[in-house]
Amino acid sequence: MSQNYPYFVARDRAWQPAQYTPGYKTSVSRSPRQALVSIQNASPSERSGPVFHNLDMGQHDNDLLMNFRTEGSQAGLPIGERIVVHGRVIDQFGKPVPNTLVEMWQANAGGRYRHKKDSYLAPLDPNFGGVGRCMTDADGRYRFRTVRPGPYPWPNGINTWRPAHIHVSVMGPSISTRLITQMYFEGDPLVPLCPIVQVLKDPEAVETMIARLDMAMSKPMDYLAYRFDVVVRGALQTYFEE
Amino acid sequence: MYSQYKSQDETGLLRETASQTAGPFVHIGLALEIAGFESRSDEIWQDLAKENAEGEHIELVGSVYDGNGDLVHDALIEIWQADSHGNYVADFDNKKPFSGFGRSACAMDGDFYFNTIKPGQVDFDGKSMAPHINIAIFARGINLHLQTRAYFDDEETANEDCPILNRVPSPVRRKTLIAVKESNNGKPRYRFDIHLQGDDETVFFDF
Repeated sequence: MSQNYPYFVARDRAWQPAQYTPGYKTSVSRSPRQALVSIQNASPSERSGPVFHNLDMGQHDNDLLMNFRTEGSQAGLPIGERIVVHGRVIDQFGKPVPNTLVEMWQANAGGRYRHKKDSYLAPLDPNFGGVGRCMTDADGRYRFRTVRPGPYPWPNGINTWRPAHIHVSVMGPSISTRLITQMYFEGDPLVPLCPIVQVLKDPEAVETMIARLDMAMSKPMDYLAYRFDVVVRGALQTYFEE
Repeated sequence: MYSQYKSQDETGLLRETASQTAGPFVHIGLALEIAGFESRSDEIWQDLAKENAEGEHIELVGSVYDGNGDLVHDALIEIWQADSHGNYVADFDNKKPFSGFGRSACAMDGDFYFNTIKPGQVDFDGKSMAPHINIAIFARGINLHLQTRAYFDDEETANEDCPILNRVPSPVRRKTLIAVKESNNGKPRYRFDIHLQGDDETVFFDF
């Protein structure tokens, strides 16, 4: 049985980061030395992928101001800059990608992750977990409410700091479109200094990861908004497939 | 508009959003129990097959090694596979006997783990691909996830005829894609170790 899965525009691996990027030290021992083997004519294995409309979402799964609460005297809202992060998932032809899973995770306002392996001395926030997920709507739109994450130091160079960022994971229509990236904030002076950002050769590629302040979608006296659109590989029509 | 999207290639196509490493704390977002989090009502995790799932029940386990031969303790692994009839079922649903997608992570002991069924052969181009599981590897130090396939060492004939496996130019390197059968108290278990670099480097695909 052969289903008519789409083909996808080839991934431009000169635009995407190389695997071996010695400025980002961990990549040195974790990058293949052999060439990738190209599957010139993708099979149904690569052209298909999971959809998650039957995944049970909790009421606050996309609201990080509400989805991690402490009991007792510390109960309340997380500390930090209240923001909405929203945007669209579209493909390279500008077509919306509806009903696709968008997941995100981040540090708290002080740059500390709620992960047992993060030992940075900035404290945890008792009312902040740092994880969210949602499905895009029929127009490819998604939305999270959170606090703006803080920058944090990490052991790469002697004094290396990550810019404020939110990790963003998108599935898209197939495992070919699967993408994990990081969203940065417009105007952050740490962005050009970061070895992980610098794995990209083209400054235009860096721009694709920078969310824009979106005053129109902010709520007066409540939260600011940032807009972050994600572009996944374009789905091609298959008129000539036998 | 407020979109950051201006970037187009020479044909006018929008550029794909740039990839970045999933980083050391990927588990917070995609593998909550490894991060020490409480699970949400419904999670995407490593049990693809319930007891009543059709097909041969197997485990897929493995470790990830870096170029020094050291274990990678912070990788996230995603798999995508056909059902026992060789059909891809897109609907992920933890209430159904089988879903074709799952996630696992190399926890402190180094192994990833999946409880699944052995996939059937998938038709392609008038041929049949040998049973295989598509694998994506995300981790700190990996800028763009790596894509590979696990085949099965007890499918020798099908492997020899597999149109995709035969695209790997080096027959020696094809062996890095073959999971090795073991037994876990009578349950078939296949070990698929991934070597990111160096001797025995796993074949990674571009598609």
